[in-house]
Amino acid sequence: MSVLAMGVVAAAADTGVVIGTGETIVFWVLAPVALAGALGMVLSKNAVHSALWLVLTMLSLGVFYVVQEAPFLGAAQIIVYTGAIMILFLFVLMLVGRESSDSVVETLRGQRVAAIVLGIGFAGLVGAGIARATEELPVVGLTAVQGTVGGPAAGNVEAIAAVLYGRFVLAFEVTGALLIVAAVGALLLTHAEREPGTQRSQKERSRARFLTDRPQTLPGPGVYARANSIAAPGRLPDGSPAPSSFATGVEPVRVDELPRTGSVGAEREGLPHAGGTDAALGTTTPGTTREGGPA
Amino acid sequence: MTVFAAADQPTLEDFGNDVWWIVLIKIVGIFGVLVLMTLFAIVFERKVVARMQQRIGPNRVGPRGYLQSLADGLKLAFKEDIMPALADKPVYFLAPVIATIPAFLAFSVIPLGPTVSIFGERTPLQLVDSPIGVLIVLAASAMGVYGIVLGGWASGSTYPLLGSLRSAAQMISYEIAMGLSIVAVFLYAGSMSTSEIVAAQADGTELSFFGLEFTGPSWYAVLLPVSFVIYVIAVVGETNRAPFDLPEAESELVGGFHTEYSSLKFALFFLAEYINIVTVSALAATLFLGGWRAPWPISIWDGANTGWWPLLWFFAKVVVALFFFVWLRGTLPRLRYDQFMRFGWKVLVPVGLVWILVVATLRAVARESDLDAGQVAVFVGVPIALVLLGGLLLASRMRNRDTRVAAREAAAGGPAPAEPQVLDPQGRDRASGGFPVPPMDLVVPPSPRLRRRESVGAGTVVGTGRRSSSTTPEETDDV
Repeated sequence: MSVLAMGVVAAAADTGVVIGTGETIVFWVLAPVALAGALGMVLSKNAVHSALWLVLTMLSLGVFYVVQEAPFLGAAQIIVYTGAIMILFLFVLMLVGRESSDSVVETLRGQRVAAIVLGIGFAGLVGAGIARATEELPVVGLTAVQGTVGGPAAGNVEAIAAVLYGRFVLAFEVTGALLIVAAVGALLLTHAEREPGTQRSQKERSRARFLTDRPQTLPGPGVYARANSIAAPGRLPDGSPAPSSFATGVEPVRVDELPRTGSVGAEREGLPHAGGTDAALGTTTPGTTREGGPA
Repeated sequence: MTVFAAADQPTLEDFGNDVWWIVLIKIVGIFGVLVLMTLFAIVFERKVVARMQQRIGPNRVGPRGYLQSLADGLKLAFKEDIMPALADKPVYFLAPVIATIPAFLAFSVIPLGPTVSIFGERTPLQLVDSPIGVLIVLAASAMGVYGIVLGGWASGSTYPLLGSLRSAAQMISYEIAMGLSIVAVFLYAGSMSTSEIVAAQADGTELSFFGLEFTGPSWYAVLLPVSFVIYVIAVVGETNRAPFDLPEAESELVGGFHTEYSSLKFALFFLAEYINIVTVSALAATLFLGGWRAPWPISIWDGANTGWWPLLWFFAKVVVALFFFVWLRGTLPRLRYDQFMRFGWKVLVPVGLVWILVVATLRAVARESDLDAGQVAVFVGVPIALVLLGGLLLASRMRNRDTRVAAREAAAGGPAPAEPQVLDPQGRDRASGGFPVPPMDLVVPPSPRLRRRESVGAGTVVGTGRRSSSTTPEETDDV
């Protein structure tokens, strides 16, 4: 993205359009930031950190748009992409939990080198293509296209509105229809059809639950605030994992937690929680604490 | 867009021409106003909610207790800063900063008053404005969500994570409703710039009822009542305030996303939350309540909308909005999460969409038949809105009829309240029904910083509030 921005600036400089000092400063400050964000996104091991780096890049792009006299585009970039889509992304990443992060072992041999080479090649191709395509274009300036505030066409917002709802109204409507169909289709695929009236009320479900052996809710994964991964099962009072809390589709794993249940605390002499949680809470007597992890 | 020729009404061209020291004064002024408003809002909220609960509220620090939040803020700064062992350190550190900065940024486009003279320079009482003014507030609030979400995630603990997930879902859903409610205002004002929206609410429409000439209302709260109601509900969800305070529901999630935060980091979250409340109140005043322009009886006086007076009207409107926030908190119980989401997606968003359609139709009709937009709004839009709101009210009452009937029956034939049971505080053990007393064997654990220098081996008694089975004899006989 920054490569493109740089190309645009270079092209503008060639054709003699004057770029203000403020714009230059903003570009040279934010272009490295945007580039660092892009690199950080690729190089981070943690998925949430990757998402954050991407947010940084998107924010920088939003500011670029505003600086290049497209305030509406900048605001839409920040509100829609950074504000809504990336938050949804983060939402999913956080639901999965950070202990169950992806393995970084390469499964395909030479994948990374190939990806780097292809990525650079693709960027070069696109950059060169756009540079060649825009080389001969005459520069007319912003005022000729969208006017200024108080001028004939009243600025960026009105210009976008006129184009979007005039010349490109069909494309706009079709895109809207496509998005709606996609959303409805996703809902339809994940929605379980039920006969109307067959859904039991909360009271009925509550009664049914109290007739079983377990009137309380199932223990959630990672309860007792020791881990926040769905892969971490809930614990029974003796420290063993509760089978009823295993998440479907995820192998239950022991996660790094503090303090270790059942540890006698020899390795943490002098700490307030020496002896582990059980000693701290008084749930077992120190004399009978077993060595090692739970059975 | 009609350009109003009022002398003091700034237009978009008036911005961006200020001398640097005027800009600096405005920035520092807005920062100061926001911090002071936060301090005021906390005391105000505590005092008002106390009155609503038949209490006095803070009355110790300063005159009539009004310096209480200042004292609390100073205390907060000197608290121990705790970094949880499982925290993701950089993100944990960044999250409160990310929450606070957009909160301050959002206020920069709020118009506080007309063009005034500061040390001889004519300048509008507003830091910046742009053709997309209101969108800047929306963008800032979208960025503020990151602070909350990341704070909860980076704490490495379950309750904060749940709180942050809730707040992410909540703020995205209610931001949609909020954006939709503002669209109708854009349609009517013909602009997204805050100063022009205020200008568009300057003059009411001339109406004539049976030969009586009078000026109709100009506030969009009256002309676009459905938008106003949706906006008010949506911003309560957007700022995580009661009855929509699910991300920090004390009874379910301890403190929600900021459970693990302490000291200045917590103070930043707190600051951001209250600044957001002030900002949405100010935005409500700007978009729907006429901005800094004086309300009707005062606006008869010619000088009401000139000079520094509008600051007073503006902040009066903001304080009224703040009072409304507190009133809601003192009145309504918290919603269940599924009810809350259903309300946002199945009521607010569809109503907002239909209302935009209605408003756009009215605008188109008014333009085609050369009617005045304000007249159409007053004679068609307001009745439609009233019918709509009345219908919603009726529908909700019908839906709750069973519960209401059951409640009335229960109240009529219910058992008399039992005598309060008085427990003997002394002499009996807590387990056998005595008055709960705190455990007497609590020992302050030695500071972990002390231990780094000299080895203290005595940290075995842990202040958990429960008696360990390995207590020594002298600890057992002081029950």
